Amino acid sequence: MTLNPNPELTVRPGAPRLIYRKPDVLLDRSTHYCPGCGHGIVHRLLAEVMTELDLPAHTIAVAPVGCAVFAYDYLNVDFVEAPHGRAPAVATGIRRVRPEAFVLTYQGDGDLAAIGTAEIVHAAARGERITAIFVNNGIYGMTGGQMAPTTLLGQKTTSSPNGRDAALMGYPIRITEMLAQLPGVTYAARGSIADASLIGKLKAMIKRACLVQMQGGGFALVEALSNCPVGWGMTPQESLEHLKGPVVEAYPLGVIVDRGTPAATLAQAPGAGTVGPGTGSVAGPGGPTESEA
Amino acid sequence: MTEPLEGIRPRSSDGDSGRRSRVLMKGNEAIAEAAIQAGCDAYFGYPITPQAELLEWMARRMPELGRVFVQAESELGAINMALGAAATGARVLVSSSSPGISLMAEAMSYMAGSGTPMVLVNVMRAGPGLGGIGPSQSDYFQATKGHGHGDYRVPVLAPASIGEAMELMATAFELAERYRTPVMVVLDGILGQAMEPVELRFRNPERHAFDWALTGAAGRPARIIKSIDLVPEVLEKRNIALQRKYAEIARQETRWATECMDDAEYVLVAYGTAARVARSAIEKARARGIKAGLFRPITLWPFPSRELARIARHAHAILTVELSSGQMVEDVRLAVEGRCPVGFHGRMGGLVPTPDEVVGALRALAGKVERTREREREQQKRHAGHAEGQSGNHRPVVAGPPEPTHRAEADVHASVRDGGER
Repeated sequence: MTLNPNPELTVRPGAPRLIYRKPDVLLDRSTHYCPGCGHGIVHRLLAEVMTELDLPAHTIAVAPVGCAVFAYDYLNVDFVEAPHGRAPAVATGIRRVRPEAFVLTYQGDGDLAAIGTAEIVHAAARGERITAIFVNNGIYGMTGGQMAPTTLLGQKTTSSPNGRDAALMGYPIRITEMLAQLPGVTYAARGSIADASLIGKLKAMIKRACLVQMQGGGFALVEALSNCPVGWGMTPQESLEHLKGPVVEAYPLGVIVDRGTPAATLAQAPGAGTVGPGTGSVAGPGGPTESEA
Repeated sequence: MTEPLEGIRPRSSDGDSGRRSRVLMKGNEAIAEAAIQAGCDAYFGYPITPQAELLEWMARRMPELGRVFVQAESELGAINMALGAAATGARVLVSSSSPGISLMAEAMSYMAGSGTPMVLVNVMRAGPGLGGIGPSQSDYFQATKGHGHGDYRVPVLAPASIGEAMELMATAFELAERYRTPVMVVLDGILGQAMEPVELRFRNPERHAFDWALTGAAGRPARIIKSIDLVPEVLEKRNIALQRKYAEIARQETRWATECMDDAEYVLVAYGTAARVARSAIEKARARGIKAGLFRPITLWPFPSRELARIARHAHAILTVELSSGQMVEDVRLAVEGRCPVGFHGRMGGLVPTPDEVVGALRALAGKVERTREREREQQKRHAGHAEGQSGNHRPVVAGPPEPTHRAEADVHASVRDGGER
């Protein structure tokens, strides 16, 4: 796996610049996602990064259960479907018998942070060389907008019609911070799709999480805070405002840990020094920095 | 094929050729080694009694051979790792015992639905719930009728000795890959824990290139392994294809064995350890004048129904023996379709019926059958007296052994039931 500088995107003085091109790995399909949904953006970022890193031909990806269950309809790579929550275990099996493959999981918050907590925690604890994309929209979208473990306090959903009450329904889980405590986790970061600038930063995080795997690092996780206009009962525009406001307040953005890889390199996040496993600095919930990406 | 095994000293047997090496091996370890020699690329497991030695053997041997061993965080983790590895075309083994198999049920359904081959060993213990760690066959329903959700089946192989279990491991991988399906090998705790002299004869089934395995889409269209289809018509088509596959497996892969059946009037139907007990019981029964034989299903699914039905046509009665409350006996009755009475004798909770118990149950059943036959003969005589020459619905009368007089033995276990009345 080598870096593909993608000459088409190289700037030549005076020459017309290609500034937009659909990555080949992105299939021509009309989307099944609801209007305004952030999944499409994350798919697109993933497709761009995979193309830039020349990954599609080596990739074996694991599709989740939830809204992204049809991820293989959009990303033209080998895919296996995992039972709900089990993607990290399925990816572990692939990883162990296919050391040369690029192994990718894509999960939502119901999948990763509720039913699949054991699988994600132990894949991370084993330091499986897997890149995990975690799309957190704070709700079970596909089943009709029920409360997820990530649902904000007070948030109304179809299964918390009066709003999430901590006394009865507990508190939102910051699972990425939890996972970042584990020495097997080489990279953990949280980005958002809320606006163009954040999308750019999210892309850099995804790229770093892919490079960690390519460079022989351990578990790499990117949480993408996303929206669910339909589930949240908002217009797409309102949902993005909500995402930038209360959601980010509960789930601060930034690189939470980067312990570096054996072959550290260009995409090394500035500010996050190369440190050995187990000794890396872990940002507390209040103090992740926003500047890394 | 046979490579020297560390920790196992082959010894020349004093039998026939004197060249075959026989060693004393524990069931769980022999199965593990047989899987390794059958080319198992990856093993995923989680500790549970009474299969833990299988996991431990793999923990030592697989890394030695540069192959994959992972102790998962749970049975859910183990089977889903297996799903992932198997999706890439690897030859994968998973093992557990009853409560763990319940957790694996979910992924079994996904693997059946998506056509992912894998071999799963269940060293059965007594349930329900946490139950106990004694040997049992109480997962027959689980193995043959379900585990997970949806319309699917998996071939279930049931060896009755450690040697047979070793051979069936290779068969299991073959079936899994030939039909793209999970395959179960079920043993009770005795077969897992006991030691028997076995020949170190192994088989490594030929490997085929899979046109479905996920290897990265370099130079070919991307492949998807999935079970989902939200369009009912498309999903039904997939299901029809699955059912065709199961019909084909039933036609091609049904396995069974018979013993002492040439002159048998009473047939014991049993698998696994129960079949070993039945074998001893047959010897004892014959010494008492009951001509008994053994019909031993080796595939629990597909169940050898046709063969058993053929036997039932000529049998006086069938006695099913199980380490359960009576699970396989339902399939026996479905196969027999009332052609002869079907009785049952079983023990639960981790207990194993003794041969004497089985003989007692057999004698009670035989007594009942003979009394019924006697009544029928008398009725026929009376009918013949009333209406000479009238053709009735006569059963062929076959002379049976003398009716046993020791009624008390029939009460050894209340589990003796008459056939066809459940």
